[in-house]
Amino acid sequence: MKTIAELQAIRDKAREKMAVREGDSDNIRVIVGMATCGIAAGARPVLNAFVDEVAKRHLNNVTVTQTGCIGMCQFEPIVEVLVPGKEKVTYGKVTPEKVAKIITDHLVNGSPVAEYTVGNLMK
Amino acid sequence: MRELSLNVLDIAQNSIAAGATLITIRVTEESAADRLSITVEDNGRGMSPEQLQKVRDPFYTTRTTRKVGMGIPLFRMAAEMTGGSLDIRSELGQGTTVMAVFTLSHIDRMPLGDIQGTVTALIRLNPQLDFRYIQTVDGASFELDTRKLREILGDVPLNQPDVMEWIGGYLRENLEPLRSQA
Repeated sequence: MKTIAELQAIRDKAREKMAVREGDSDNIRVIVGMATCGIAAGARPVLNAFVDEVAKRHLNNVTVTQTGCIGMCQFEPIVEVLVPGKEKVTYGKVTPEKVAKIITDHLVNGSPVAEYTVGNLMK
Repeated sequence: MRELSLNVLDIAQNSIAAGATLITIRVTEESAADRLSITVEDNGRGMSPEQLQKVRDPFYTTRTTRKVGMGIPLFRMAAEMTGGSLDIRSELGQGTTVMAVFTLSHIDRMPLGDIQGTVTALIRLNPQLDFRYIQTVDGASFELDTRKLREILGDVPLNQPDVMEWIGGYLRENLEPLRSQA
């Protein structure tokens, strides 16, 4: 059972970790479209897959956030990946199954998954 | 939308856009009355009576990228399909409450679906905001209040991975015994 005592223990452990990771200049941002169009197209499981996978791999330099409708509803769920110093990459029709590859190839190894990008979907 | 919990996620986005700091989501199931009601209440900037009139119109939106706003009309349709209704109360500077009522046993009532996924997604994406989730099934109820968790967590953010995992598990373990039919 998840108890309040357990939450207190998590807090104490998290405080130790927080002291280690100060300075977020190399922070990678993953932005999920969460407007009506995104949600209807399946953004919620995509978001949760990103967060779970990022947590599982302890990618402390990755922040997952949301945005509204960016006007390309036909490509939702849309996920934008911003790596500092690199051009923004926009992925379209993202599914939870595609998340692991985006994380491994792009977030960890720095090479975007060309076939999942909106640019590729428009061809 | 295939699940009512997705409508809830969508409607809560309006509250976030309205600058709410506390969003309360209630899901109440009453088998005797054959009724399911879902409310999303916020303390955001609220709407004037004129804006409130327009919100019912799918061709009204505060957004600038497109000219339509489907969130409220879709939620209304989901409720009306079951013989239910949707009502919005709002006051400038006070906040907005969206209330949808469904006929619980109606064949066209969409399932509530993964409400736990909706609540965790909201907390994850908006760790600076507070959420209350209250689910009641025939009088038995469970409440999660992030303000209470914050008291325990202190400076540790709600979206810290281990904290989120705890919240997910806590929701699952406490919602299961309610035996929701929704």
